[in-house]
Amino acid sequence: MSDILKAVNLTKRFPGVIANENVNFDLRAGEVHCLFGENGAGKSTLSSCLFGFYQPEGGHIEIGGEIANFKSPRDAIHMGVGMVHQHFVLVAEFSVLENIVVGTHESGWQLKLTDARKRVEGLCAEYSIDLDLDARVGDLAVGQQQWVEILKALFLDAKVLILDEPSAVLTPEESLRLFRIIDHMKELGLSILLISHKMVEVMQADRVTVLRKGKVVDTVCPANVTPNELTRMMVGRDVELRMVRDRTEDAERKFETVLNVEKVSYRDGRGKLALDNVSLHIGKGEILGLAGVSGNGQKELFEILSGVLVPENGCLSLDGERIEGLPSRQYMDRGVGLVPDDRFREGLIPEFNIRENMILGWQRHDDYTNGMFLDHKQIGSIADGLIDEFQIATPSGATPVNHLSGGNAQKVILAREFVHSSKLLLANQPTRGLDLGVIEYVYKQIIAKREEGYAILLASEELEDLLNLSDRIAVMSGGKITGIVDPLTTTVEEIGLLMAGGKEEQAA
Amino acid sequence: MGDLFQEAILVSILAGTVRIMTPILFAAIGELVTQRAGIWNMGVEGTMLMGAFIAYVVATATGSIWIAVLAAMLAGGVVGLLTAFMTATMRVDHFITGLGINLLISGLTLYWFRIYIKGRAQPTFEGFENVPIPVLSSIPYLGEILFTQRILTYVAFLSVPAIWFLLYRTRWGLELRCLGENPKALDIKGLSVVRRQYTAVLIGSIMTGLGGGFLMLGFSDRFLADITAGRGWLAIVAIIAGRWMPRGVLAAVAVFALLESVATHVQVLGVDIPHQIFLALPYVASIVLLMMLRSKSGEPRRLGIPYFR
Ligand SMILES: Nc1ncnc2c1ncn2[C@@H]1O[C@H](COP(=O)(O)OP(=O)(O)OP(=O)(O)O)[C@@H](O)[C@H]1O
Ligand SMILES: [Mg+2]
Repeated sequence: MSDILKAVNLTKRFPGVIANENVNFDLRAGEVHCLFGENGAGKSTLSSCLFGFYQPEGGHIEIGGEIANFKSPRDAIHMGVGMVHQHFVLVAEFSVLENIVVGTHESGWQLKLTDARKRVEGLCAEYSIDLDLDARVGDLAVGQQQWVEILKALFLDAKVLILDEPSAVLTPEESLRLFRIIDHMKELGLSILLISHKMVEVMQADRVTVLRKGKVVDTVCPANVTPNELTRMMVGRDVELRMVRDRTEDAERKFETVLNVEKVSYRDGRGKLALDNVSLHIGKGEILGLAGVSGNGQKELFEILSGVLVPENGCLSLDGERIEGLPSRQYMDRGVGLVPDDRFREGLIPEFNIRENMILGWQRHDDYTNGMFLDHKQIGSIADGLIDEFQIATPSGATPVNHLSGGNAQKVILAREFVHSSKLLLANQPTRGLDLGVIEYVYKQIIAKREEGYAILLASEELEDLLNLSDRIAVMSGGKITGIVDPLTTTVEEIGLLMAGGKEEQAA
Repeated sequence: MGDLFQEAILVSILAGTVRIMTPILFAAIGELVTQRAGIWNMGVEGTMLMGAFIAYVVATATGSIWIAVLAAMLAGGVVGLLTAFMTATMRVDHFITGLGINLLISGLTLYWFRIYIKGRAQPTFEGFENVPIPVLSSIPYLGEILFTQRILTYVAFLSVPAIWFLLYRTRWGLELRCLGENPKALDIKGLSVVRRQYTAVLIGSIMTGLGGGFLMLGFSDRFLADITAGRGWLAIVAIIAGRWMPRGVLAAVAVFALLESVATHVQVLGVDIPHQIFLALPYVASIVLLMMLRSKSGEPRRLGIPYFR
């Protein structure tokens, strides 16, 4: 097989960071080549250089054996390179079709989209993607937005496709579909550069290049290495791929109720019943796992428990005190921390720097104020301590968070909520986009919080992690809790059934 | 007799409304283009004032009001270039840029005005006359209200569907609206964000300059300090009230202009209330409108946020 896209001695620097240093990488025609590496290793940066979005300071890029001098993505697109970015680059107000067409100059000066529509419909049929081309993209579920991104790249006749963590935001079922699409692309002769932190996906690739701190460690075939060897190459030490909690003391624990949720219902802006009579409780020192396909009310539940939304019916109590309807600041003052699932939209202010984001929402805390004013010295030293503790890869605490790699941005939220909360920790998909080493660290932290006596609600799409960590697992479907199971006695099949709607649907 | 008199007053109020709408409409529709591209040009008031002043100088110096109109557009364009340089190239905060421009021009025009009229009686000019449109102007009532106006008034009204077409029916318009919602979506296709922002600011500023020029040449025969008297700000309020849609903006401008027209007719009607109170009406209305419209739905998502990669 011949090289189709190649980076030769590529170096890319940002102020204070060398994101890529003398990187040699080659993508062969018709292969799926995975880039694997820690958060901040430089995977997205390398992809953006190959796509012409960044211009490298050293080295060069070759395409089809010839030196390519990409001045902008336009040049790369002309040469048949397409890219799906780590964070969606979509216009929520536009329709699916408009998002696909904008900036492609596919129509004449007058906006006539009939030809474009035909081509997109053809692509949808080819890849069995089911999308309403006239739907407003902002109304689509996250998974569907990912199909829009993929169509955007395919629409430009990409021969080489760069997919930057496409499965991070997908449910397990959607990921399976994604990989069916990727397989089909391969059959059609496309070459794919795939970035992923998920071991199963990495092991499916034809070749894997491991990046570490901006440098290539090696390029290997997954057939010749074990997952453990790969992670060792990536982080330089052994990582527990599946965290298992020590359960020896579980029997002695009595979980005094910290949070009690009774018959809570919530209707969203469009009148849909997003939460339907949800009741649950979490005790001191207990991890309640929350399983379910995302979009089944988890987000609303988390927002209600943190005071962002007010329930329509039902009551919430924290340590026996009623809290529904209180402003969200009251929740924070009472020690509730929230890790939301959409990091850039809800968890961070991208233009603010790391230090500011580290205290976001908690800025009135006595530690951070000096009378009326923010005590920047104190904030700086606490934040810098957290940057060390969570090993956030950044030149300094003054870097704006939109300059961080995806995983490192996630760590800023985790650090903030972990240190500021004191009683109840609400974590919605906390490991999304994190590398395996950091996932291990995050789970260790969650276990430590459990030991400290926190009540913890942990939602994850990794069923196995929930089974290993939780004291009990609640399963959600269609805005309802369809069952609460004991992780030691349940089976994946039982949870799967509950996720699909549970007993009612079985009966019906 | 009384009925005829009331009818005449009503027609006159409405015809006045249409005329008063003209300069605000130019500015509002122009600024709408700018804002749809994500740039909050807060300097509308200043840009308009510059257009008015330059129109005055050129009209009195050359005696040609059409050359004065062109000069006003040019002046708007120059101010727009400065605005675009600050916001798109230097990525300075849009509000600070606008405030700076307003202060600068308010002072500058007054200073230049003093120099211009130094030691002589203030020169005046012959402003625009009505140009009735044949046939249409003889329709009862409507003819007088809509079709017996200055030429630029017709242009202003036609600019609304024209800009609508540009924004919603052309490829260029789709790209422009994309800038206001998510400029990165264009950037990753390798299209220049900065170049399109310049175009959008220039279109807005030239139209605003034209609005200022008409304010000068269509209503008056001499320049006064701060002659725009907040019309630029009304244009901005009209965009918010009109939810960033051409139709909505047109409606909001009509409301403001109607109130102002009523105010100017109050004297004629001999109502026993100080007419200054009526003159404040459009501004009071704009505050009330903004209070009523609590949600800013329709606002471009990235409006006013400088784009960095
Ligand atoms: N626009 C930018 N400005 C400054 N620094 C940046 C910028 N983009 C990335 N960096 C830095 O470059 C390094 C590599 O980042 P990159 O986004 O390539 O990591 P990554 O491997 O994709 O990580 P992740 O798995 O978390 O997405 C990081 O240290 C990051 O902070
Ligand atoms: Mg990345």
